[in-house]
Amino acid sequence: MARRENPEINAGSMADIAFLLLIFFLVTTTMDVDSGISKRLAEKPPKNYEPPKIKQKNIFEISINRNNQLFVDGQVMEMKDLREAALNFIDNGGGLGNAKEGEEAKPCDYCQGAKDPESSDHPNKAIIAVESDRATEYGTYIVVQNELLSAYSELRDRLSQKKYNMTYPELEEAFKASGRKDESLRKKVEFIKNSYPQIITDIEPTDVN
Amino acid sequence: MAKFGKKKKGLPPVSTASLPDIVFMLLFFFMVTTTMRETDLKIDSPRLPSASEVKKLEHKSLVTTIYVGKAKETGKYGTGFNRIQLNDKIGTPDQIPAFIENARSKVSETEVPFMTTSIKADKESNVGTLADIRLKLRDVNALKLSLSTQKGDAIKK
Repeated sequence: MARRENPEINAGSMADIAFLLLIFFLVTTTMDVDSGISKRLAEKPPKNYEPPKIKQKNIFEISINRNNQLFVDGQVMEMKDLREAALNFIDNGGGLGNAKEGEEAKPCDYCQGAKDPESSDHPNKAIIAVESDRATEYGTYIVVQNELLSAYSELRDRLSQKKYNMTYPELEEAFKASGRKDESLRKKVEFIKNSYPQIITDIEPTDVN
Repeated sequence: MAKFGKKKKGLPPVSTASLPDIVFMLLFFFMVTTTMRETDLKIDSPRLPSASEVKKLEHKSLVTTIYVGKAKETGKYGTGFNRIQLNDKIGTPDQIPAFIENARSKVSETEVPFMTTSIKADKESNVGTLADIRLKLRDVNALKLSLSTQKGDAIKK
């Protein structure tokens, strides 16, 4: 009897099996990169800590009530106007800023605001305080935070464009690309950051029942 | 003539032998990129608010996540949007310090200051819950916070 050769294994269905697995992984994969608004909490104050006195005009008070309505510096405001109002407040530059080490307090020479004496003195003195009710919706709170941050990023962008001819994100990107080592870039980033520091605080929520 | 007549009729079939290879390549790609969710969600997947000024979360291993939203077992926990999930179960803000300490014990000491707490909260949850979490986080000095959002316009036009 002649020795028969081994028949070839039919691999035609291999593709089908692979496709099945492929589709399973295609469906279960989520490609989302986690992103979010980053915040830094203030450290716990030591006992009998006295908060520094801050002039009322340097505080931008935002309150959100439980019906998700906005009150800004005592007036009702619509969400779409918040950004503009915050921008004007930060960029006002009506007086002298906080003195840096070894330097005298200087007025804000890069601000383009109205220099209204009733509004903030300097971006590094301008404090934005967000107060919300316990029952305020989280979504609304995020919208407010987002509007404030976008006001800051517009100001930073503007200054960065003017001084270094590149936007602030580009500047940060370049600094990161250098492995956070390039000293001149570091100085530039720090300068922009310190020119418009983001001072946004959360006041503990009020409980109105 | 008859002996050497053309036998071929039409084109030979296209070989599909390399098709499995290609498919396998794709398959491996997806197998590698897939991350299975580590914790079972005990709350409905939070509908995150959207914002435009977002930063990417880097160093996944240094991120601890707190979920806030509506519990799946509404019979047990009610239908409010303010349930907090720590690890695999629904907890209270009082358990947060222990939760953070637990997460800290898993990373080296030099990396502790870079740890971030990501809060994935539903749009409809309340700021009060966030404030409670914030207070507890401050107690244990977990100061870096990321409020998870989708990318998009914050204000619907």
